[in-house]
Amino acid sequence: MEAPAPRRQPVETSIPDFDRLIHEKTRLAIVSALAVNPTLTFNEMKAILKTTDGNVSVHTRKLEEAGYLSCRKSFEGRMPKTEYALTAAGKRAFEKYIGHMEALIRATRGA
Amino acid sequence: MWLMSNPAPMHEHAHEQLRYIRDAMERASTFTSIPGWGGVGVGLSAIVATVLAQRAASPEIWLAIWLADAVLAAVIAAVAMVRKARRANVSFRGAPARRFFVSYLAPIAAAAALTVVLARAELYAALPATWLLLYGASFVSSGAYSIPAVPVMGVCFMLLGIAACFLPLAAGNVLLGVGFGGLHVVFGYVIAKSHGG
Repeated sequence: MEAPAPRRQPVETSIPDFDRLIHEKTRLAIVSALAVNPTLTFNEMKAILKTTDGNVSVHTRKLEEAGYLSCRKSFEGRMPKTEYALTAAGKRAFEKYIGHMEALIRATRGA
Repeated sequence: MWLMSNPAPMHEHAHEQLRYIRDAMERASTFTSIPGWGGVGVGLSAIVATVLAQRAASPEIWLAIWLADAVLAAVIAAVAMVRKARRANVSFRGAPARRFFVSYLAPIAAAAALTVVLARAELYAALPATWLLLYGASFVSSGAYSIPAVPVMGVCFMLLGIAACFLPLAAGNVLLGVGFGGLHVVFGYVIAKSHGG
């Protein structure tokens, strides 16, 4: 009888030195969107991500707590307006993440 | 260790993540509030203008009819665009909108200036080609920041403009109808159906 094949580990838990905060899909889309826009408002973010208010709030807060996003609240007329921007730490983390993915592709090509 | 034993899934996953990043960046830098139904409205007004202009008693009246239609078209497009942007929560102050409008308005400004120069010189037969070429150029350049139908429409306008270079005013007027009328109606309908109005 053959030994059972080893169970495949989820990718997230099997890569060392990995920024799991950015790796999550919604947060990765937020950071990617801010990489090509100096600032985005909450509503613009919601339209780009095609998601709910709650989802945008939760994930932007996590990125803000990590120091990857800055958040500025103001009023446009009587309407509250929230604007997000990538911080220097956020830009570095995003570039590092892309570098990591490219390195993985290079490494597995040579494997 | 993991890399050695499972290179293919890891490789695919990294590719998938990079594709996801590229898609998100493209979505975030695209201005999507192109008014499809507004385009249909602009096209219908241009068809009326074509018929009226064809019967114009003089080139000056012909020009006045098309300029009046240009003003009407700008109003229809602006109202439709604002309504569509409001529905989608898209700002006109964001970077995608700014990039779109700068590249869209530069050739339009050139067309306006050339219209003054050509009308003063009474070179009315050159106007259809000028308008079609520069209006097409505005969509080709701004299309880089918008939905794929926009640059395609721009190329179609430019092809009509090239044809108009070699035709007299009456035939140029028909090409204006085909472009500002027909292309707006067709592409407006396609955009309205595929991009939410």
